[in-house]
Amino acid sequence: MQETIRAAKPLFTGPEWNFDLLRDTYDVISEIGLGEMGLDIYRNQIEVITAEQMLDAYSSIGMPVMYRHWSFGKRFARDDVMYRKGYRSLAFEIVINSDPCINYIMEENSMTMQALVMAHAAMGHNHFFKNNYLFRQWTQADAILEYLAFAKRFVAECEERYGLSNVEAVLDAAHALMNQGVSKNARPRRRHDPAREREREIRRREYAIEIYNELWRTLPNAKAKEAPKSEENKAEQQALSLPEENILYFLEKNAPKLEGWKRELLRIVRVLSQYFYPQRQTKVMNEGCATFVHYEIINRMYERGLVTEGSMLEFMHMHSAVVYQPSFSDRGYSGLNPYALGFAMMRDIKRICTEPTKEDEAWFPDIAGHQDYMGVLRQAWADFRDESFILQYLSPKVIRDFRLFHLRDQSDNPATRVEAIHDEQGYRHVRRTLGRLYDVSQQDPDIQVTDADLSGSRRLVLTHFVREGVLLDKEECDRTLMHVARLWGFRVRLVEVDAVSGAKLREHEALPLP
Amino acid sequence: MNIIDRRLNPKSKSLGNRQRFVRRAKADIREAVRDALKKRKVTEVEGSEKISIRSKSVREPQFAHGRDGNRDFILPGNKDYKVGDLIPKPQGGGGGRGGQASPDGSGDDDFIFTLSKDEFLDLFFEDLKLPNLIKTKLKDLRSPVPQRAGYTTDGPPAKLNRVRTMRRSLARRIALKRPKTEEIRELEEAIAFAESETPPDAFRIAEMKARLQRLVALRRTIAYVDPLDLQYNRFDRVPKPATQAVMFCLMDASASMTEPLKDLAKRFFMLLHVFLSKHYRGVDVVFIRHTSTASEVDEETFFRGVETGGTVISTALDEMDRIVRDRYSPEDWNIYAAQASDGDNIPDDMGRCIELVEKHLLPASQYFAYIEVCERQGPGETIVWHGYKEMADRNKHFAMRRVSSPGEIFPVFHELFSSSSATG
Repeated sequence: MQETIRAAKPLFTGPEWNFDLLRDTYDVISEIGLGEMGLDIYRNQIEVITAEQMLDAYSSIGMPVMYRHWSFGKRFARDDVMYRKGYRSLAFEIVINSDPCINYIMEENSMTMQALVMAHAAMGHNHFFKNNYLFRQWTQADAILEYLAFAKRFVAECEERYGLSNVEAVLDAAHALMNQGVSKNARPRRRHDPAREREREIRRREYAIEIYNELWRTLPNAKAKEAPKSEENKAEQQALSLPEENILYFLEKNAPKLEGWKRELLRIVRVLSQYFYPQRQTKVMNEGCATFVHYEIINRMYERGLVTEGSMLEFMHMHSAVVYQPSFSDRGYSGLNPYALGFAMMRDIKRICTEPTKEDEAWFPDIAGHQDYMGVLRQAWADFRDESFILQYLSPKVIRDFRLFHLRDQSDNPATRVEAIHDEQGYRHVRRTLGRLYDVSQQDPDIQVTDADLSGSRRLVLTHFVREGVLLDKEECDRTLMHVARLWGFRVRLVEVDAVSGAKLREHEALPLP
Repeated sequence: MNIIDRRLNPKSKSLGNRQRFVRRAKADIREAVRDALKKRKVTEVEGSEKISIRSKSVREPQFAHGRDGNRDFILPGNKDYKVGDLIPKPQGGGGGRGGQASPDGSGDDDFIFTLSKDEFLDLFFEDLKLPNLIKTKLKDLRSPVPQRAGYTTDGPPAKLNRVRTMRRSLARRIALKRPKTEEIRELEEAIAFAESETPPDAFRIAEMKARLQRLVALRRTIAYVDPLDLQYNRFDRVPKPATQAVMFCLMDASASMTEPLKDLAKRFFMLLHVFLSKHYRGVDVVFIRHTSTASEVDEETFFRGVETGGTVISTALDEMDRIVRDRYSPEDWNIYAAQASDGDNIPDDMGRCIELVEKHLLPASQYFAYIEVCERQGPGETIVWHGYKEMADRNKHFAMRRVSSPGEIFPVFHELFSSSSATG
């Protein structure tokens, strides 16, 4: 190991922090992060906030600017109760994928925590946001805040113009379809430019006013053209480019009765949903990356004598709480902890690079013994998402350490069966299955718009391609379908068919309320 | 890198969201508030309330997987399972294990949150049509309270401010160069020493003695503490609103008072309590219920208990009079009374009632309100109404009103308390 230069005295000794101290510590952290670990980040903007403001931020999905909606109030009310009762502590930070990257840190944090948080968010998450291919491809970090400001203003204007409850109804419906508002495969169609959106909306409104002529209202409605049904249908399907997985997008573009401002609202929700989609796909990696980075940085600071032993103990306490993984039979178990799994896998990559075993050489010939572990990690952070990352890098050692096993629950079987455990025969099986479980497109029900009749009955047909016999929750489905019907304006049918056999399993239908 | 201190930014950014949420869930919340009202005590109306609502109107549906079908789980912490082991499913079918099974399965849970005091009162008074609250001309009973008001140069010895006095004395002594005790003692010692010397220096001794004499004289003329130095604490008698009030709730408990009528009365009592709490620091509440006899009871019994028997209102008034004499002297207490009844009484009793109220209770009270609750406004006057009417004309702080639905409570209350000249 290289000789480390020990600093004359630690950066801080007590729990108290102040702005100069934050700045000095940040400088050291970024020196290690950027200089030694080769991270590449957006500019940072660190904002100190109170616990109450943190709750505020929580309730609006962490975004600093957000349009108003009752569901955020609900979230706030719930978090508020949980927090006050002490059921839940607040996150120490919130970080926003934006350029400059905004980091919220709480004033209640001790100086050690502030250091940890800055290393975690301002370095780890920030690097991940800037470099991961999903974020690069799907989100525009430099435009999101501006877009949200536009969204907020637009929603407020709509509320004023069309009434609170009308706007609410549209937003409710759009929120219900949020998970179906993502284009999973295509690239985003166009870059969102808030100024242009606003302009377009104004132009649209002006044009409507301009061409408005009282006379036209007195004309009898034109009769629909008659055309051979089936052919037209096919042409229509093509024109609508069906099937379409992004229901919100489809409704925004094609719902027959929707007013312009409602389409714009759908668009706002859709843009948000798309913006958050990469985060849903990279929970393990994102948290793992940030946790690995803070662990690495704080340890290097400690080696240099920049952090006292007391702080180090506090840090280790926090850190181990974050990466704690209860076992499945514990009462506190609530799924795999993304922090724990991500951190363990990344530490393992470092180990494979620096101290490979025979097993590693067999499993990871590319990276075993590769001395530049940061290079390997940086590449992993850039080119993978949870699913592929697990498929590529989950090593037998981590599977053994976590004692992972695969349990299959077959609906026609009274007992669940252990399919694979952490042994030679099971590694690949466990890895493959876990990867699949982290595939977001597998977690969400696969629902697509398959048919829409624009000229005749105007019926909309959605199809749920059922995998493994997992049907939709009936009550939730019916409620959500009501929302679809409200947006579409006519009868909506949802058919659940088996993805493999194509057999029809169940059908739901909803009519818009008059 | 930028560090920004946002702590002073405006708080409750999500207030707008909260208002939207409360508006949305209003129907549910109102129901919950009504339930809470039943559980609450009159004296507790004001605290903030934890409200739990069935999340009907605040549900956010989404397409989500149901509970049937085949599922896979990868779980950590295997102890001794081998491939092929069968584990019986927990009750309720598959997916009971862990949190992976159903992320949003339990949408029907009660949603618990806390309403602020204002929100609660808003909703509580909602069907009471709460207008801008009451600009009362109600007579504020004020009792003078001594309050510090600087210092003065004379006063009783008990109020002498020693620190100030000594400070002034010291300043004066320094200014006038009053000789110190040590100075004189030193001089005396010097003289004694000079005298003991052989041979004594007569000239020096004489000079020193002259100086000593001058110093002693000076000391005598310049007093240690002069009347000029004296400082006394000064108190003004500031009239202050008396800080305590007692509220008497009198109610007919006979069988003719049905549950809805009692609820009406309870709302009125609650309002009165809220109102008084705004004006006084501590408000005592005394509950007296009566049939043909009267007794002081706790709140629970007051609103819940049912008794059988006739109705003799004067018994309650007697009881109140007794309690006032025993415990609440009118000099120390602001006394308010609210009487609720359905207007039924033994006709013979009215004379005694009026005498009691007019001779004993009214002189002691700030205000006496009579509320007649009835299912619907019927024609004609009840016995009590008829009896009290004349007295109400004679006495400005006696008021009477009729209420038949919750919606009327607040207007009536408002009317009663909006001006002291309210009459029936």
